[in-house]
Amino acid sequence: MTPEPSGAAARPLLVVEHLKKVYPTATGGVEAVRDLHFSVPEGQLVCIVGPSGAGKTTLLKCIAGLLPITSGRIELLGEAITAPPKAMAVVFQEYGRSLFPWMSVEANVELPLKSAGVSKPERRAAAADALHAVGLDDAGGKYPWQLSGGMQQRVAIARALAYKPKVLIMDEPFAAVDAQTRADLEDLIRVIWKQLGVTILFVTHDIDESVYLGERVVVLSNSPTVVQDDVVIDLPAERDQLTTRSHPQFAALRSHIYEQIQRAKHNRGTETASTPTVLRRH
Amino acid sequence: MTTTAFGRRRSHRPNAVVNMALGLAGIAGLLLVWELVTRTGIIDPRFLPPASEVLVRFASMLRDLQFWREVGETMTSWAIGLAIAVVAGTIAGFAIGSSRFLERATRSTIEFLRPIPSVALIPLAVLLFGTKMQSSLLLIVYASFWQVLIQVIYGTLDVDPVANETARSYRLGRLQRIRHVVWPTTLPYLITGIRLAASVALILAITAELIIGTPGLGKAISDSQSGGDVVGVYAYILATGLIGVLVNLVARLVERRTLAWHTSIRSELAL
Ligand SMILES: Nc1ncnc2c1ncn2[C@@H]1O[C@H](COP(=O)(O)OP(=O)(O)OP(=O)(O)O)[C@@H](O)[C@H]1O
Ligand SMILES: [Mg+2]
Repeated sequence: MTPEPSGAAARPLLVVEHLKKVYPTATGGVEAVRDLHFSVPEGQLVCIVGPSGAGKTTLLKCIAGLLPITSGRIELLGEAITAPPKAMAVVFQEYGRSLFPWMSVEANVELPLKSAGVSKPERRAAAADALHAVGLDDAGGKYPWQLSGGMQQRVAIARALAYKPKVLIMDEPFAAVDAQTRADLEDLIRVIWKQLGVTILFVTHDIDESVYLGERVVVLSNSPTVVQDDVVIDLPAERDQLTTRSHPQFAALRSHIYEQIQRAKHNRGTETASTPTVLRRH
Repeated sequence: MTTTAFGRRRSHRPNAVVNMALGLAGIAGLLLVWELVTRTGIIDPRFLPPASEVLVRFASMLRDLQFWREVGETMTSWAIGLAIAVVAGTIAGFAIGSSRFLERATRSTIEFLRPIPSVALIPLAVLLFGTKMQSSLLLIVYASFWQVLIQVIYGTLDVDPVANETARSYRLGRLQRIRHVVWPTTLPYLITGIRLAASVALILAITAELIIGTPGLGKAISDSQSGGDVVGVYAYILATGLIGVLVNLVARLVERRTLAWHTSIRSELAL
C-alpha cells in the first residue's frame, strides 16, 4: 500500500469529515451512516460502491444538501454544505420520476437555468449544447415519456450538464437500463468527464462498472456505514469496453473490490481505511 | 408488435362508432318502451304521459323565451356558485396541502363538515336570503367546495418526492417549486374536482329552486306540478337531464384537452 502522489497534491474540492446520519424515526432513529471520512480532489472521477442498504443514497443526499446531517462536516470548496450548493448537480436513479412529464425535454433541461435567472437565448443555447453532448439533438421538442429509458437518463444527464456544475453526483444512474445502453452511457460519462473536467461522484452497485469508470473506488461497509476501502484504479486513461475490461489489472482490481464488498457485508462500522489502497501490478 | 398495432387500430375508431350506435339504440329502445307502456295503459298516463307528448312539449319549449330565461337563471347560479367553489377550494387546498401542520389541524374538521348534506342547509339559506339567488349559491358552493378541496389536497400530497428533490437540488425556491412541480402535479386532480363539482353544483341548483323556490328550472318543475301540468314536469326534467349530460361532456373534453401529458402517461402505464 502506497499513497497516490497526484491525489495528495491537489487541494480537495469536497471533504467529508466524520459524517454521521441518523434518520429520526418513531422508534428512536436508524443510524444509516456512522463515521464517514474521505475527500475528493478537484477533477476526480470517484466511484462509490457498497452493499445494498449501505447508505450510499443517504451519503449522496447529505453531500447534495438535501438531507440535514446528524454530526460531522461536509465541505465544498472550503464551505460547509447546509443547502443544495450552486456548483452541484445530481442525477437520480429514478430518472422517470426525476424528469417532469408535463414539460418538453428542452424545458426540463432549461428549468434549472430559468430559475437561476439565465436569459432565454442563453439557456436555449446551453440546452441545445447539452442535448448534443448526450446525442439527443432531435429530442428537445418531445416529452420525456415519449423516450426510451436510456434516452430519459441521457436527458437527466443533459439537464445536469447544462447547469454547468463543478461536481456531478450520480446515484446508480444506469441500474435500470439494458447492458448495451449501459455500456454506451458509461463511455458517455468518461467522455463528458474528460471534456468538461468536472468532478464526478458516481454511486453504483456494479463492481465492473466502478472499476471501468473510476480513477478511484471507495468501498462502503454495511450500514451503519464507514469507509471499508479506498482503491486507486491505475488503469490507462483511455478506456474502451473491450480492451480495458480484458486488461489483467482490471481483473485484479475487480476481484479485490469484490472481496472487500464481501467483507463489507459482514462489517458494520468497525474498520476504517484511511490510506488509499494501490494494488501492485502483476 | 403487429398484434398490438392491429389490436389498437381495431379497438379505437370503430369501437367509438359502435359505442355511439349502441348508445343511440339504447335511448331509442327506452323511448319505445316508454311509449308502449303508456299507450297500452300499463302505466296510468296521468303519472307518466307518453314519450311522444313529452318530446313534442319539449320541442315547443325550445322555442319559448320563458324556458330560456329559466335555463339562464339556473345556469347563472350554477356558474357563479361553481366559480366561487373552485377558487376557494383551490386556494384552501393548496394552503392545506402544502403545510403538514395545516393538513393535520384541518383533517378532522373537514371530515366532520364534508358529509353534511347541502340540503340540510336549506332552512339556514331561507333564513338568510329568502328566495333570492344567494340561497341557491349557499347550497351550491357548500356542496361543490368539498369536491374541489379534497381533490386539490390529494393532488398536493401526491407530489413525487423524487421530482421535489430534483427541484430542490437545482435550487428552485418554494414558489418556483409550487409553480413548476406542485401545480402541474395537482392540475389533473383539480380538473377532476371541477368536473365532479360541476355535476354536484347543477344538482344543488335544481334542488334549491325546487324546494326553496329561487327562480330557475327547478322552480318551473314545481310550478308545473302544482299547476297539474304533468307533461310540463317531464319536459322540464328532460331539459335538466340534457343540461347535466352537456355539463359532463364539456368537462370531460376540457379534461382531455388540458391534460394531454397526463393521459398519455396513464395509457403508457396501461400498455
Ligand atoms: N427516510 C428514511 N428513514 C429511515 N431510514 C432510512 C430512510 N432512508 C434510508 N433509511 C435507511 O438507511 C439505510 C441506508 O439507506 P440508503 O438508501 O442510503 O442505502 P443505499 O446504499 O443507497 O442502498 P441501495 O444500494 O439499495 O440503493 C438503510 O438501512 C435504510 O433502511
Ligand atoms: Mg440507493
